[in-house]
Amino acid sequence: MAFIEVRGIQKSFATNGPMRHVLRDVSLDMEQGEFVSIVGAMGSGKSTLLSLLAGLTMPDGGTIAIGGEPVRGVHRHAAFVFQNYSLLPWFTALENVRLAVEAAFPALTREQQVARARDALGKVGLANAVNRRPRQLSGGMRQRVAIARAMATEPQVLFLDDPFGALDALTRETLQQELAAVGSQADRPVTTVMITNSVEEAILLSDRIVPILPGPPLDHARGALSSAERAPATLGASIPVELPRPRTVAQLAHDEQATHVRSHVVATLTASPGRLRKVATEPGTASRVLQAVAKEMP
Amino acid sequence: MTKRLVNLLLPFCGIALAIGVWSIASRLVSDLPSPVRTWEESKLYILEPLTKRGETDQGILLLAYYSLMRVGQGFLLGIAIATPIGFLLGVSSTLTRMFDPIMQVLRPISPLAWLPLGLVLFQKSEPAALFAIAVCSMWPTVINTMLGVRAIPQDYWNVARVLRLSKMTTFTKIIVPATLPYMFTGYRLSLGIAWLVIVASEMLTGTPGVGGFLWQEYNSLVYAHILLAIITIGVVGFALDRLMGLAEAKLRAV
Repeated sequence: MAFIEVRGIQKSFATNGPMRHVLRDVSLDMEQGEFVSIVGAMGSGKSTLLSLLAGLTMPDGGTIAIGGEPVRGVHRHAAFVFQNYSLLPWFTALENVRLAVEAAFPALTREQQVARARDALGKVGLANAVNRRPRQLSGGMRQRVAIARAMATEPQVLFLDDPFGALDALTRETLQQELAAVGSQADRPVTTVMITNSVEEAILLSDRIVPILPGPPLDHARGALSSAERAPATLGASIPVELPRPRTVAQLAHDEQATHVRSHVVATLTASPGRLRKVATEPGTASRVLQAVAKEMP
Repeated sequence: MTKRLVNLLLPFCGIALAIGVWSIASRLVSDLPSPVRTWEESKLYILEPLTKRGETDQGILLLAYYSLMRVGQGFLLGIAIATPIGFLLGVSSTLTRMFDPIMQVLRPISPLAWLPLGLVLFQKSEPAALFAIAVCSMWPTVINTMLGVRAIPQDYWNVARVLRLSKMTTFTKIIVPATLPYMFTGYRLSLGIAWLVIVASEMLTGTPGVGGFLWQEYNSLVYAHILLAIITIGVVGFALDRLMGLAEAKLRAV
């Protein structure tokens, strides 16, 4: 039995207006310690899928189990990194991390909690910035704090919601490497689910890439871009990334196997009947995705 | 440089103009004291601001002090009740739907209407005045605190959920800090209203203070002192607002 088991889930929303069927018949198995990236275009429903896996929202049908237990809320040993950092501005970096440590390890003394938080911040290279508030940190540093906050709780499952989406290309690359390093340093295997629209990022970090395929436009709304007018998304077949680690962006750019995986993923995503938007094939490409969208507009 | 000088001088030009209008008006209306006469008759109160000559015949700072103490107590009572109510209404939409109509009806009631009820309830003028101040001044705090809680970004709620924070921790570490700036805006507005209520409550209860002084001097036909009291009320109110504004700015800077 797989560590994370997703069986036939579906999800619809009915927020002001017609029912939106976002996901249909989504099934996925993940082994303990596996790093899986769910790759798809914006609006394809991948954020919804992550919320469901994480227990932030409940599916309309189907089941999700982590470690054999059905998901009925946020998992005890799960941690998150959000795209927009989600740090509390009134706390310093250290206090932000300590809040998570305190919630995860209430039995520890205050000193032990602080030591653990300091240690986690040290691992992401922020030992000298522990007393700064998020406002005084750059985007990359904020996301480092968020990564430290997630890892300090020693999670079994890590959910990454497009964690580098808000960063510039250079910072993005550095942080991707750091995340890979932090993950490999953890005492026990951390099962990780990441959603991203960057194929490159997915190849760099994952063991396996799962494309999410938006459904075709509904008849009455051909050419429309909003997911309200599309059939629900499904998952494509998994694409394994069997490249040796550690991986670097520079090395992947010329690696034959990486090129093969890249073209496979892009082909799967673009061949889907409901191709919504072109998917970014390089990091730091939010603007390029937008351009691609603009080109596809009728 | 010259621009700064002009900016500094402009308010004084405005004051001079207002005093000009006042002196012209005092020539047209026989009972309105001119600025000069107001100063002549008031200078004893201003130059000896802390002298106590009788129950209501006291220096202007002393009178303002009595009023401020009364306002302070009423205001603290008001926000002590209003802040928790604001949090409850902010968190629970059921409670909001339940109490919103009552709030909307109570809010526009004048202090003059609450005061007699206070006298009936407490028999004495001092607690009745505090009651009127508290009841009138609490609404901006209730409403701003409520709005502050509702304005907490989804991000912060997500943090509480994914860190699995307890209700108590969520309240102290997320809800309160996130709401603080709104709460303080509420406090500033509440204090402004409390200061408005003081005059009415002192007039009706005859207690010593700026408002009581104003009413007594009207009855003694010393009209210059009415103007003195009015200007004092304005200046003190302005100072209070500025002080709260400073505290608020400090909070927002965090």
